[in-house]
Amino acid sequence: MNPLVLWFHKLGSPPYFYRFAGRLVPWFWAAALILGAIGLYGGLVLAPKDYQQGDAYRIIFIHVPSAWMSLFIYAFMAVNGFIALVWRIKLSETLAMAAAPVGAAFTFVCLATGAIWGKPMWGTWWTWDARLTSELVLLFLYLGVIGLYHAIEDRRQAARAAAFLALIGIVNLPIVHFSVKWWNTLHQGSTVKLFGPSLIDSRMLWPLLVMAIATKFVFAASLLSRARVDLLELESGKEWARAEADAAEGRA
Amino acid sequence: MNEFFSMGGYGGFVWSAYAIFFVALAIDAFAPLVRKKRVLRELRGRSRRERAKTGDMP
Repeated sequence: MNPLVLWFHKLGSPPYFYRFAGRLVPWFWAAALILGAIGLYGGLVLAPKDYQQGDAYRIIFIHVPSAWMSLFIYAFMAVNGFIALVWRIKLSETLAMAAAPVGAAFTFVCLATGAIWGKPMWGTWWTWDARLTSELVLLFLYLGVIGLYHAIEDRRQAARAAAFLALIGIVNLPIVHFSVKWWNTLHQGSTVKLFGPSLIDSRMLWPLLVMAIATKFVFAASLLSRARVDLLELESGKEWARAEADAAEGRA
Repeated sequence: MNEFFSMGGYGGFVWSAYAIFFVALAIDAFAPLVRKKRVLRELRGRSRRERAKTGDMP
């Protein structure tokens, strides 16, 4: 077999993944902290004031990356949920369920920081605008997935039921993304574009993109450390999990 | 420096938003560490009980 395919098969084995992820997590946290520090220095210190919003616009350096992560993590969770449902891969179930709380945290941060920006700029904390409402629905979808996962006794059955809910909820992703185009929303349209030039000064754009990468690393680190604990709990009857517990006692 | 913290009069808004961001991500980062400690303790307790039952003391 192709060595890459072979490695992929090996990665699916819980003890191998546990050790492999354990080695990656500290590096991911380090990357997140370093990039976060650079991005925030660029956003809070180097970037100029906005000509209309003054310094209040600086909230976007956490608001926009959190919003991107709320969608990215949902897609990640749904893809892993799909793999879990079709091929019954245990690791995919674990990854899908480990992603949900991280996604919920970013969605909450996105909504909260958006409200705090909205008060001085729009004059209101909240409005039932299409973008805001669909992002709130996204938070409820995450909470629904987490709730369903914890409501069923059998861990693997619970993961598959929650993965199914996550798959249905994927219809909300394009609604969140295109809401500012489809409806006349108070929330502004996209200023950073994947295709075509962005409508933002480069001194404001680079800290935003660095923060977007930093939050990806936050997600990767949190996801892997959550998945490790889930695997340990799921495989608590297995020899490797016992061995890990004994080794951890030796280190303590 | 004071000018930096006042954020042109929007200091309260900007810094509370950043506080929420950092607190939420810190809770998210520490939650699995706390759980891991608990799971490892339970695992050790279970294997000790099983060893005691079979009389196979380490």
